[in-house]
Amino acid sequence: MADIAVTSIAAPPSRLLAGLKRGGPRLWLGAALVALLVLAAILAPVLAPHDPLEQDLMSAQLPPAWMIGGEPAFLLGTDSLGRCVLSRLIYSARTAVMVALIAATLAAAIGVALGLFAGSFGGWVDQFISRLIDVWMAFPPVLLSIVLAAVIGAGLTSVIAAIVVVDWTRFARVIRAETMVQLTRDYAAAARVIGLSRAELLRLEILPNLVPLLVTLLAVEMGIAILVEVILSFVGISVAGDTPTWGSMIAEGRQIVYQAPWIMALPIVCIITSVIGLNLFGDGLRLALDPVQRS
Amino acid sequence: MTATLTVDGLKVAIGAANVLRGASLEVQPGEVRGLVGESGAGKSMLGRAVLGLLPSNATITSGRIAFEGRDLLAMAEAERRGLLGRRIALIPQDPMTSLNPVKRIGAQIGNLLRHHLDLSKRAALARAAELLTEVAIREPERVLALYPHEISGGMRQRVLIAMAFACDPALVIADEPTTALDVTVQRQVLQLVERLRLRYGSAVLFVTHDLGVVAKICRSMTVLHAGRVLEEGETANVLTRPRHAYTRALLAATPRADRPAEALRPVPPALIEQLWSEAYRLDDVAVVGAA
Repeated sequence: MADIAVTSIAAPPSRLLAGLKRGGPRLWLGAALVALLVLAAILAPVLAPHDPLEQDLMSAQLPPAWMIGGEPAFLLGTDSLGRCVLSRLIYSARTAVMVALIAATLAAAIGVALGLFAGSFGGWVDQFISRLIDVWMAFPPVLLSIVLAAVIGAGLTSVIAAIVVVDWTRFARVIRAETMVQLTRDYAAAARVIGLSRAELLRLEILPNLVPLLVTLLAVEMGIAILVEVILSFVGISVAGDTPTWGSMIAEGRQIVYQAPWIMALPIVCIITSVIGLNLFGDGLRLALDPVQRS
Repeated sequence: MTATLTVDGLKVAIGAANVLRGASLEVQPGEVRGLVGESGAGKSMLGRAVLGLLPSNATITSGRIAFEGRDLLAMAEAERRGLLGRRIALIPQDPMTSLNPVKRIGAQIGNLLRHHLDLSKRAALARAAELLTEVAIREPERVLALYPHEISGGMRQRVLIAMAFACDPALVIADEPTTALDVTVQRQVLQLVERLRLRYGSAVLFVTHDLGVVAKICRSMTVLHAGRVLEEGETANVLTRPRHAYTRALLAATPRADRPAEALRPVPPALIEQLWSEAYRLDDVAVVGAA
């Protein structure tokens, strides 16, 4: 009995390790980039060397510290109003992370609910939801977001609302198809035969099988949410003007791109890094969680 | 005595095709009945109809299915679900795919127990370990913590058998539970079913195309062809003195070591024609009367 106890206790951690190993470099790199983004957002007041709104017109458009004319006090230089670019980049991460988390989660919640509904009921319920998704996806998403933001007014809430309203379809479509596939599997039939109701079947048996897929979708959606927020703040219908965002920094930097290219280039680097990080992280997690890969 | 399962004149259609054309059978309490027939005879469909697992495009056009005298088809959905898994259980065909791949064995058995019996999580796991011991799985505590892909096919089938008998069922429908297993594992599985059936006093409807299996464990058998019952009775009688030409053909088609290979020739088309016409002409009840 002694060795039984030992193996049963030892089994879960080794499985966790195996999962992490399966995730491979994608998981590690993705997790590191995502952690960097999240830490920057949480610790912004500690990390930022300056107040992101503090203007110093005497030292406007300073290049990064390592270039000629740079000042050590402004590591990544200043913008045309003399605000510290590094501090603004760090503070911008807050908006990005907030939008990514809230918008993607809400979109997932709505999409998964409708997808499960359509996939498990079939018939006219499925027809109705599927046609709704088709019609919804026919609209250009960014245009829809802009219209929405214009209608309900600028601000963080409307950015999130715009993303949720547009992007629930991504989840609904994929979850619907996968629910249908899972329901045809033998284990689903076996579960029905033990007397589970439809709701119990979906919650206890089907949903756990959708987790790896859902994780990937969620990570990709977070990247998309960040991009949409950037676009909306670039055109000036995102959060209030005095809150720094990557999109507004690009918009400002665009006007002086020949004199001070770094002002526009740096937020772009941040965006690309965040989105790549999220995608890698989602991919790695899927590999780590996918039971088919477990062996 | 009320029969555990009564199927009476069951007709099932999938689109224009009649899969079952008025099949009737009875399973008495504690009886092991073999349900045999070639592929497409409708034997699995009959089992699925009892369990409420017919494909969505199949409809029951007429007939009655009663469990312990209660009409399963007229019963409210919730009441029927209360019977499934507890009083009526299934041993599925393919052990490789019939367990949820992302849930530990312990969670799957535990969920089943807690769904039907009022047990704490801890008590359910303890009972699950007991059940695994009953199906001769060593180190049950260790196995409970494993995922289905981490154990062998034979072991998965034993887990599924344990789950079928978990809530002391009155009727177990075994849907070709040995076809996906190799011969040595098959024997163990049959022995297990036999042992658990005796312990829990359950009746078993053993759906199979393997007459060897029927001869081993079923006291009585029903021969299904083209959606109708052709013959039924004590296994020994049916196998040694088949009354119907189709049963004889089925028996002749069973490979045996003591016979030359020519006996394995397929049933000639003319015979199939004749069998079909007989199937239409024959009244189920008349043949069943022989039992």
